[in-house]
Amino acid sequence: MIPEFGQFALIVALISAVIQAVLPLIGTIINQPNLIMVARPAAQAQFIALSISFACLTYAFVTHDFSVKYVTNNSNIDLPLLYRVSAVWGAHEGSLLLWALVLSIWSFAVTIFSRQVPPLMLARVVSIMGWISIGFLLFMIMTSNPFERLFPIPSHGRDLNPLLQDFGLAIHPPMLYMGYVGLSVAFSFSIAAMWANRLDSAWARWSRPWTNVAWIFLTLGIALGSWWAYYELGWGGWWFWDPVENASFMPWLVATALIHSLAVTDKRSSFKAWTALLAIFAFSLSLLGTFLVRSGVLTSVHAFASDPERGVFILLFLVIVVGASLTLYAVRAPLIKSHSQFSMLSRETALLLNNVFLVVLTLGILGGTLFPIFTVALDLGKYSVGFPFFNFIFVLLGTPLALLLGFGQLLRWKKDNAQQQLTKLIPFSISFILALGSVLMMSYFSFYALLGMTLAWWVLIMALTSFMLRFKNQSLSFASLKKTPPSYFGTHIAHLGVVIFAVGITLTSNYSSKKDVLLKPGESYLMDDYTYQFNGARQIIGPNYRGHEGDIIITKNGIVIAEMKPQKRIYYSQQSPMTEAAIDAGLSRDLFVALGDQRGQDGAWTLRLYYKPFIRWIWLGAIIMSLGGLVASFDKRYRQKNRRMQTSREKDHLTGKLT
Amino acid sequence: MHPARARRLKLVVIMLLGVFIAGGFAFMAFKENLMLYFTPSEVAAGKAPTGQRFNIGGMVVDGSVIKSDQSVEVAFDVTDYEKTITIKFGEILPDLFREGQAIIAKGKLNSEGVFIADEVLAKHDETYMPQEVADSLKHKKKPGYGKEGYDKKRDGKEKETP
Repeated sequence: MIPEFGQFALIVALISAVIQAVLPLIGTIINQPNLIMVARPAAQAQFIALSISFACLTYAFVTHDFSVKYVTNNSNIDLPLLYRVSAVWGAHEGSLLLWALVLSIWSFAVTIFSRQVPPLMLARVVSIMGWISIGFLLFMIMTSNPFERLFPIPSHGRDLNPLLQDFGLAIHPPMLYMGYVGLSVAFSFSIAAMWANRLDSAWARWSRPWTNVAWIFLTLGIALGSWWAYYELGWGGWWFWDPVENASFMPWLVATALIHSLAVTDKRSSFKAWTALLAIFAFSLSLLGTFLVRSGVLTSVHAFASDPERGVFILLFLVIVVGASLTLYAVRAPLIKSHSQFSMLSRETALLLNNVFLVVLTLGILGGTLFPIFTVALDLGKYSVGFPFFNFIFVLLGTPLALLLGFGQLLRWKKDNAQQQLTKLIPFSISFILALGSVLMMSYFSFYALLGMTLAWWVLIMALTSFMLRFKNQSLSFASLKKTPPSYFGTHIAHLGVVIFAVGITLTSNYSSKKDVLLKPGESYLMDDYTYQFNGARQIIGPNYRGHEGDIIITKNGIVIAEMKPQKRIYYSQQSPMTEAAIDAGLSRDLFVALGDQRGQDGAWTLRLYYKPFIRWIWLGAIIMSLGGLVASFDKRYRQKNRRMQTSREKDHLTGKLT
Repeated sequence: MHPARARRLKLVVIMLLGVFIAGGFAFMAFKENLMLYFTPSEVAAGKAPTGQRFNIGGMVVDGSVIKSDQSVEVAFDVTDYEKTITIKFGEILPDLFREGQAIIAKGKLNSEGVFIADEVLAKHDETYMPQEVADSLKHKKKPGYGKEGYDKKRDGKEKETP
């Protein structure tokens, strides 16, 4: 009964979405305020219906309702409660339901937190989000119904993929989806502004906090995924340039560009057409990401049994969204006039270049990711693009980006003094010397480490300088700090996150050690001053698995650093073993031990040993970046009403008819 | 020309130049890292390059896995049901590696015709078969295997994750 109710709620959600999409649209065309007013309650109704539907599916999982096919395929009587809940989005149907729910959460949030946006504009935004909802709900109801029943009813399920039985992965998809789908708000604002022919700084101001918040979720979601891959996939990597990872990284890059471009549009009323295009691009990449993950066209560590039919639907949806928005853009963009001018040497130019580098990097990754699909589709042979390519373009374009970031922080808007720029050679030399010092402290010299550390010091020093210059003439009192807008602090915190992130990748990539060894009980192996002593492995039994647990003592100069207990598990419902690595985490280094397989008769095991310096800084950097985004989102400017920006026609709506 | 327009033109030219240079570098790196996929039959027929990295894919032959007692090294055979190639791998195999499963290995062919892998990929799902392997097995006539057998297997046991 409950599953049918869930499905009914799904259909109610679709009807609400249709109302949400169509009525406000008609209302804005025929100038009918009653229809415009429908947008808000319709979006809220859709949110409630989807929450109910989602709750029903969760209920089916929690109560082991194996009459639901999706539950049978992804749960098991022995599965702990936490993973029964996270199993809801553990596979295709449920993750689509989560996608739709998240979209309705964002729509709901827009109706609540956009009081400063004129009702007409808001109606347009909500209507566009409604159209996106229709697409996804239709997709789900037509091809991927999560509530489908199974007969005869099995007594127990097939179990959730053990890889997903992990806290990190339980929260990774919701975070990532909040980010992906959150970009639909910036997209909808951009389309609504073009539709109304009102691409102006007010539109940018409304979009900024939404873009920030979506970007925060995306940042955290990607970082969580990376962290999960590191400890759960068991092989110590934190980024594989896997197509599915790229699919989440590309919207992130474009969203980052969008945040910077929105700042220019908001403050200088420039880059309007470009900003609108970026918003379209960012959300299209989110949809592309969904398509790549859900259709299985790519060979990837994340891609599982593929289903071409579903792929075709998302591809069609993607084509419609991209096609329609670009057509609208082509019609509207030529009408946009930019009034502000800026010289070659200005913050605008720096931010423009920032955007160019980010977008070119995105295109490079896009090319590398899609190339294998095209060669297969065009029958040109089967290729794969190796990860050194992605590393190369990341360094190639990341370097000028970081240089620019240090340089741009002290640039003035509109026009800066050319001679003054030469003085920046001093901080640059200082950062080079500091970097040289840092690299010489490491075990050996590496050019890439020097490059990365120079950039990190450079950005840090320039950020500190900018900070000092701002507060040069005032005492650093609470009052003066309070006068400074949160967006100022947010920017600098986020850039500090970039510094920490850069240090993390630079040192991890250049100074990690890895060794696969075969050790008998009692034997030990020395790697980078650390001695790994293997004391054998014993059998263990868990709630839904059995396996082995190794015991490894790590010592450095005779002092015990850590006792590691990596596991190899075999879940009863699956045939393949699972590696549970043991990690001794630290701010300056991680020690990582994973069990391989048993060899011979005398209890010898293969072990994978890793020494990973500064790897935590990668995720720490991402957390600080998102913290910066959060602080910036609290800027009061985003919530102020700006009546001046309203056209007379909208004013008529507001004063004459709506009130 | 209007000075503002001239400035803008200069900016655009500089940017395009930068993009082209970056694009050129990226393209070179791209060409270097492009790896072709070969089946065991193609490798046996000498179509695969020696001394250059490429991908090979196939099913791991039952009973062919030999694990050394002295080092981490493993050797196993992959087949497309016509020809069989021996692969040697000096690292720990992924969890999903099993006899009778499809895998993809990356590495080089040595002078004795043994494939020295530096990476072995087995997929998360036990019913999953890499598309390349599925395609290349499609035409081979081995009852119960190949694309059809694979499809049948999948219908009974369908499973995905994000």
